[in-house]
Amino acid sequence: MKLKEIAHSRTGDKGDMVNISVIAFDEKDYPIIQKKVTAEKVKLFLGETIQGEIIRYEVATLGAINFVMYKALRGGVTRSLRLDKHGKTLSSILLEMPINTND
Amino acid sequence: MIPEKIIRIGSGAGYSGDRIEPAVDLIKEGNLDYIIFECLAERTIALAQLQKMQDPELGYDPLLEERMKACLAHCVSKKVKLISNMGAANPLAVAKKTAKIAQELGLTNLKIAAVFGDDVMSMLDFSTQTFLESGESLSVLGNKIISANAYMGVEGILIALEEGADIILTGRVADPSLFLAPLIHEFAWSMDDYPLLGKGTALGHLMECAGQVCGGYFADGVKKQVSNLGNLGFPIAEINNDGLFHITKLKDSGGMVTTATCKEQLLYEVHDPSAYLTPDVVADFSNITLKEIEKDKVEVYGASGKALTGKLKVSVGYHDGYMADAQISYGGSYALERAQLAIEIVKERLRAKNLEVEDILFDLIGINSLFKEYTSDIYPQELRLRIAAKTKTKETAVKLVNEVETLYTNGPAAGGGISKLVTEVIAIQSILIDKKKVVPKVEYFKS
Repeated sequence: MKLKEIAHSRTGDKGDMVNISVIAFDEKDYPIIQKKVTAEKVKLFLGETIQGEIIRYEVATLGAINFVMYKALRGGVTRSLRLDKHGKTLSSILLEMPINTND
Repeated sequence: MIPEKIIRIGSGAGYSGDRIEPAVDLIKEGNLDYIIFECLAERTIALAQLQKMQDPELGYDPLLEERMKACLAHCVSKKVKLISNMGAANPLAVAKKTAKIAQELGLTNLKIAAVFGDDVMSMLDFSTQTFLESGESLSVLGNKIISANAYMGVEGILIALEEGADIILTGRVADPSLFLAPLIHEFAWSMDDYPLLGKGTALGHLMECAGQVCGGYFADGVKKQVSNLGNLGFPIAEINNDGLFHITKLKDSGGMVTTATCKEQLLYEVHDPSAYLTPDVVADFSNITLKEIEKDKVEVYGASGKALTGKLKVSVGYHDGYMADAQISYGGSYALERAQLAIEIVKERLRAKNLEVEDILFDLIGINSLFKEYTSDIYPQELRLRIAAKTKTKETAVKLVNEVETLYTNGPAAGGGISKLVTEVIAIQSILIDKKKVVPKVEYFKS
């Protein structure tokens, strides 16, 4: 299963950081997201794109997780060479992350 | 029984270039008390400041005249007060200009306030202050600095509201503060009732990107369907004295307001959801609950807040060299191989000509321009090579894009549609300043 089947997402930016929300479509899937979508796995999945640390915040009342990612925009929106200087497309990429529900 | 006081606020713009018609619809049909236009991105003031240096009457939102001409008469007839940060680098000029537009429209006796004091350029301490992002000292940049604007809170807008202003035009004010100020004014909330300020800030945060909470920037075309985005409605918030509020929109407008659209917007540009920093409060969104109480109406409950840090963020704009961007397309068989060959040729040429770049990026648009790690096995029928570089001088940037252009007659076969762009980089970094040092100033103009 891919994350996109149970969650939706939006990226925001501030300076050279992005935040990416991961929100359960159905709140009954929140525990799966909470358990499987860890900061370590996200860091591994996004690889070199995110040069800095990834911090995870849980918002149980919304059935959502918020990731804050440092050094994500090659210097920040005002000076980045990236075609997508804001990192707005990263939310769609993150939703491609595979989720193994068997382990 | 005295009926409960409800204030209705509309959001008329989520960014400087936003659609104008949905704002006009809101003013005409939204039964509003206030309409807020949030029009300042991180870099906007630095760019506006450069304009102001050329002409002291400029340096504000490029759509100001069009917006005011479309909205002012309706604001007057429907008794809707207008608050906006369209003043950018020049709130005084913008207020004066707005008074003139109102007169031309035959709208007399409007009290128009300019709120400023955000420009802290003269307070910069080059010897001791360092940027939050890079850790570098301000002194490294010296005369490259263009602007320094503090994110002010509600204070200046409150003064103008208390003095009876109809239209309030500011420089840099934190986005949610534009919405929080009229709530504090209307409900006489105490400036140290942080849980209430947190609720008003949650309202402001949900509303500040206009259409983004009404199903804009939400549709995925498959699972997340949103109807009538061509006529997307902008949001209305209705709030009571206790800070309980609804997000809704006009009945016949496009888009939708659901718990899902509100959740995406609530976390947008948020870091720690329990500590969303503004100049007014440290808002806590971590216990918010959302409930759809009718179609396109979501109740928002449970935001709170804590006391402030005493510091304000200052955006410092500065000249940061140049950006070169050159692109070429390849199609048909071996398109990928030819693009890769082109990359090798350009690299060799840059070495040979000794062109110094601070950073360079080779993107294959259609394959890896958005995300380097995510690759698929699909062989592209067409793709576009983009070479982007950051340089210290304009001369180097121009030479670089011209080198890419030489691929026409010197590079792989059948490359086409070359584009070349050299732009000056105006960058932004932040510092902190004591809130006490930033004193809001208000001046009035009559139409």
